[in-house]
Amino acid sequence: MSVPKSNRSSASMPLRTLKFLHTGFAEGILILILLVFFVVLAFAAPSFLTLNNLSNLVRQVSIIGVVAIGMTIVIISAGIDLSVGSMVGFSNVLVAILMTHGVPIIPAILITLVAGSALGIFNGVLIHDGRVPPFIATLGMMTAVRGLLMLISDARMIAGLPRPFLNFAQINILWMPSLFFVWLVVIVLSIVMTTLTRFGRNVFAIGSNAEAARLSGINIRFTLYGVYAFSALASSVAGILYTSRLANGIPTAGEGYELDAIAAAVVGGASLMGGEGTILGTVLGALIIATLRNGGNLLGINPFILQIAVGMLIVAAVLVDQLSKRKSA
Amino acid sequence: MRDIRKSFPGVQALKGVSLDVKAGEVHGLVGENGAGKSTLIKILMGAYSKGAGTISIEGKEVEIHSPLQARSHGLMAVYQDVMLARHLSVGENFFLGKLPRSRLGLVDWKKIGEVTRETLEELDLSIDPRILVRRLSPAQQEMVTIAKAVYQKSKLIVFDEPTALLTNEQVAELFTVIEKLKKKKVGIIYISHRLEEIFAICDRVTVLKDGELVGTSRVSETNQDALITKMVGRSVSEMYSIRRPERGEKVLEVRGLKREPHFRNVSFDLYRGEVLGFFGLVGAGRTEILRCIFGADRSEGGEVKLRGRRVTIHSPRQGVRAGIGLLPENRKTEGLAMSLGVDININLASYDLISRAGFVNVSREGSRARSFVSSLNIRTPSIKRKVRNLSGGNQQKVVVAKWVSRESDIFIFDEPTVGVDVGAKLEIYKLIEMLLAKGNGIILVSSYLPEVMGLADRMLVVYEGAVTGTLGQSEFNEEKILRLASGIVSPGEGPKT
Repeated sequence: MSVPKSNRSSASMPLRTLKFLHTGFAEGILILILLVFFVVLAFAAPSFLTLNNLSNLVRQVSIIGVVAIGMTIVIISAGIDLSVGSMVGFSNVLVAILMTHGVPIIPAILITLVAGSALGIFNGVLIHDGRVPPFIATLGMMTAVRGLLMLISDARMIAGLPRPFLNFAQINILWMPSLFFVWLVVIVLSIVMTTLTRFGRNVFAIGSNAEAARLSGINIRFTLYGVYAFSALASSVAGILYTSRLANGIPTAGEGYELDAIAAAVVGGASLMGGEGTILGTVLGALIIATLRNGGNLLGINPFILQIAVGMLIVAAVLVDQLSKRKSA
Repeated sequence: MRDIRKSFPGVQALKGVSLDVKAGEVHGLVGENGAGKSTLIKILMGAYSKGAGTISIEGKEVEIHSPLQARSHGLMAVYQDVMLARHLSVGENFFLGKLPRSRLGLVDWKKIGEVTRETLEELDLSIDPRILVRRLSPAQQEMVTIAKAVYQKSKLIVFDEPTALLTNEQVAELFTVIEKLKKKKVGIIYISHRLEEIFAICDRVTVLKDGELVGTSRVSETNQDALITKMVGRSVSEMYSIRRPERGEKVLEVRGLKREPHFRNVSFDLYRGEVLGFFGLVGAGRTEILRCIFGADRSEGGEVKLRGRRVTIHSPRQGVRAGIGLLPENRKTEGLAMSLGVDININLASYDLISRAGFVNVSREGSRARSFVSSLNIRTPSIKRKVRNLSGGNQQKVVVAKWVSRESDIFIFDEPTVGVDVGAKLEIYKLIEMLLAKGNGIILVSSYLPEVMGLADRMLVVYEGAVTGTLGQSEFNEEKILRLASGIVSPGEGPKT
């Protein structure tokens, strides 16, 4: 074999080492990064590895983590859901209003979940039947739902929620906050959904090639309704957890969550082109971003600098992905 | 090009290939997929860098490191997937990147229009320079690309499978254009799977196999059989010879199907164990008719009977459940989920069969995929391999596997051999043979007449949305078919339905 000696092949070495990212080790890399963060922080900030701080970290990440899982399903289907933040706010306010008006806890939660899912299905109707691009449809919903929740809450905090409901976010199970276990349940169910169910296969197929999926007899309408309903449902769960954690209905709840959720999914390897992404990746992506923020705070790093770091992390994740793909293409 | 070598990690794609093209010469380049044709051209066009060897233009050795450099040396390529900015006008595409400016510093639209029209007229093309490229047919887009190359005073134009999407008429047009280019002393490299074309237009032909040069010869001193033997080591006579079983019962009956403005009053029958050819020019409505039967588009009238029972199929899902498999014309955009694995693609139409209560039976998913990978001889290192990374022929087999595994019994092949090499073609014909032996009914749409004539038991000829003739195998006659396909019906010989 002759040895190529062009400048292109010299650049190929680091790229070749990145290629294994596409052979199933992507999550391994993310775990590695997370471990490095933990080890460095354990040494640099003595308060990092305390039970108190870790349970605080988990409490913070669990809520956005649930939202990010819903977002991941949408992204795999080659869509995007910008309305998740408003959905968190909506369910937060709705569940608070229901409970302060005497609806018992369980029915209040169920009504909220159903209402949230219905809004998600409406997203699906706009996107599938109305052929509105997901970005626009959910941008509209983001604005409209925020307006709706301001209207029903009169833009005021809603206090006076029942004690057992508020206690939920405070209790620990096996030293871990209960919120974490809710996240864990969502994670496990979603992994099962994406890897073992027909619905999951259909989501990937539509995200990879919607026309091929349609011509293979896949029910596009049902699947897209399901995708956006699931995302809204996840946001509603997150909104209810948020209510319990902050003990109030807060009209601004969930603002900006859509971007944090997208960031977690993207860092976790989901492709905005659709057809690619894993739940585990998103979970790790959310943990990495949260750990970066938490550790930065403990070390007393300027929060603006932290923000820069998170921004660069998001771009770096996609950049690495692109470079390794270019190599394997 | 002298002694060009190129290797990719793990493979040596080119092992010392040499090729020379004279001004005013059409030089054919043939070989199976993976023989190294594309790699060679990409090196010439600056898309890849060469591992070793030299490239000389007009006697001077040159280095080509980028597509831009290739263009500045007067090299241009016309690919099968046309490379134009679809949302811009023809004129803008002509001047892409260097729009002429008027004295005021604004875009000089008048000049764009004039120059573009002149160049197009030089090649006898009547295309409005102001029209958006996406409104043109693929054939017209290709002509625009060629005209652009002419305008840029290219010394060498590479045609990579230029006729894949063209009708016979358009191919003739293309050849006229190429003859004009020859007179202008432009050198041409012509890559095609259709050897007939090589003999129709080329002066010399070079055969590549497995990255090696097999030989260059004058077209007048060789013939098709010899070329194919060089390319694949197999003779051409067995190409279309497939074993045909006895014709079975009627499986599909279509009466008076219509969908305006695409087609109307379409009636035909399909029997088990037969290949029904659909021939017509591109745009005649063949694909539309079959999409309608499958449920991808809605019909506006008419009757479809499957196995004697009247059915209404309004969605692909109903088509799939009714046992129809569609192998679409464009497998990349319509047939395959490219970023997903072979296993998922093979099972794509069957998840309702291998799921219970919404849960996929993952072990059946895997075993089905493995069994079809081996029975259809799909070359892939694992069933998890992304389909994107398979060769064209293997991708086509994955689409076939999708329908065979669904146990469809009516297969619609829409242009199954476009863009696949001779070897893969043979394998697709073998697949058709196998499907026939199992008593399936097959509809074969092809723009390539020798293929339809060679494979079909009966043929339906379509012209502008109407069936102009149904011919039995004994009536196959190239001239007659072409006349029916162009709507020219000689007196006394009215259209049969």
